[in-house]
Amino acid sequence: MTERDAPVTEDELHAYVDGALPADRIAAVEAELAADPQARARAAAWRTQADLIRDRFASVADEPLPERLRLETVTRRASGLKRKLAIAAVIAFLIGAAAGWIAHEYSGFGQNAQLARALADAAIEAHRLYVNEVRHPIEVRAGEEHLLPWLSRRVGSPVKAPDLAPEGLKLLGGRLLPSPRGPTALIMYEGSGGERVTLTCRRAGRDGATAFHWQSAGEIGALAWVEGGMAFVVAGPAERERLDRVARRVYDAYEQPAEQR
Amino acid sequence: MDASTAAMELAMTAVRRGLEALIPALRRFARALTREKEAADDLVQDTLVRALRAEHLFHGGDLRGWMFTILLNLDRNRRRGLARRPHMAVIEDVDPAGEPGGDGSGRDIDRGLAMLPSEQREVLLLVTLEGMSYREAAEAQGVPVGTVMSRLSRARATLRSHLDGERPRLRRVQ
Repeated sequence: MTERDAPVTEDELHAYVDGALPADRIAAVEAELAADPQARARAAAWRTQADLIRDRFASVADEPLPERLRLETVTRRASGLKRKLAIAAVIAFLIGAAAGWIAHEYSGFGQNAQLARALADAAIEAHRLYVNEVRHPIEVRAGEEHLLPWLSRRVGSPVKAPDLAPEGLKLLGGRLLPSPRGPTALIMYEGSGGERVTLTCRRAGRDGATAFHWQSAGEIGALAWVEGGMAFVVAGPAERERLDRVARRVYDAYEQPAEQR
Repeated sequence: MDASTAAMELAMTAVRRGLEALIPALRRFARALTREKEAADDLVQDTLVRALRAEHLFHGGDLRGWMFTILLNLDRNRRRGLARRPHMAVIEDVDPAGEPGGDGSGRDIDRGLAMLPSEQREVLLLVTLEGMSYREAAEAQGVPVGTVMSRLSRARATLRSHLDGERPRLRRVQ
């Protein structure tokens, strides 16, 4: 293609230094370098520059990656949108489950265990979703005074965040989920081992009460019940005894007069 | 999950593996480009976030080129931001650098790179540090190969006179 003895261009000199010169031009460039001390000096200077740059920066690629540059970390950050879609799917599921629950409540069919199971399933899904959310597990932090008034106002019934410190659980905060009977409050707690327990509650379709219904899915367990016009689910690591104690504390807290918000 | 969703997930997994393998090179390039560790890592992080958010837009082709293009674009935005806050730019000059070889050659090359117009610095680093072909560098910058050649030529000339100018001064100091 190129003439073997065509004059050497500046671009070819660069290509020679960068190892990008077509093989049939190497002889011509080397002849030029042998004959022209200035060209030789330029090529040598460019090589030196490249060596300095590589000496200075090549090792950066071997440095251990900081946490924030790990792909999993970045993926979590980048998937905010996808997560929102997943949340929407779970909410849709919750709505479906809640609708079923309510329909059955009115049918007076009395298959409460089955109904509670549907509710608990939904709560388990919500629990999984938000518990794995490291950055934004909750909308309103525990320290913010408007948490319970806000949730109570939206749920339409007093929402409490019972003290679960005796179970080693610290209140993190809460968020709101929609459901056909009005919004559902999700309150999240965290234990010393980083394990999370959620309490979801919303208005039930009618007054009445059920026993605690236990449901588990893999490593997550849930207890669901209805009491005083409210439906409750406690979900967390599937340790039945601990969740039983947590559920009883929640139950007791709601039995007390609602003088504290 | 239907078959097309599954296929898309698989394709994304492949892209992610490719992305992961590129992170060290992106860091190296960003460090040389900014000569400031935190700013460089910020740049890489933003590049990865941008790429992951847009990965469905990536339909095969040169993943490395695509990533470097994103990084270069983000760096331009970053520098525009710095230009609005000139006092921030001064901090970069304080970077002591000069680790390899106690003769200050690291610092010399840092200063030399800092002197170059950014598009020339980009080309020089893409070619020498990242070993890109002229065509790949042209694609990463979104310019014709001829533009890459003239930028490379000017970068090398400027750097040469800078480094030649520094050496006699250093010899006198010693």
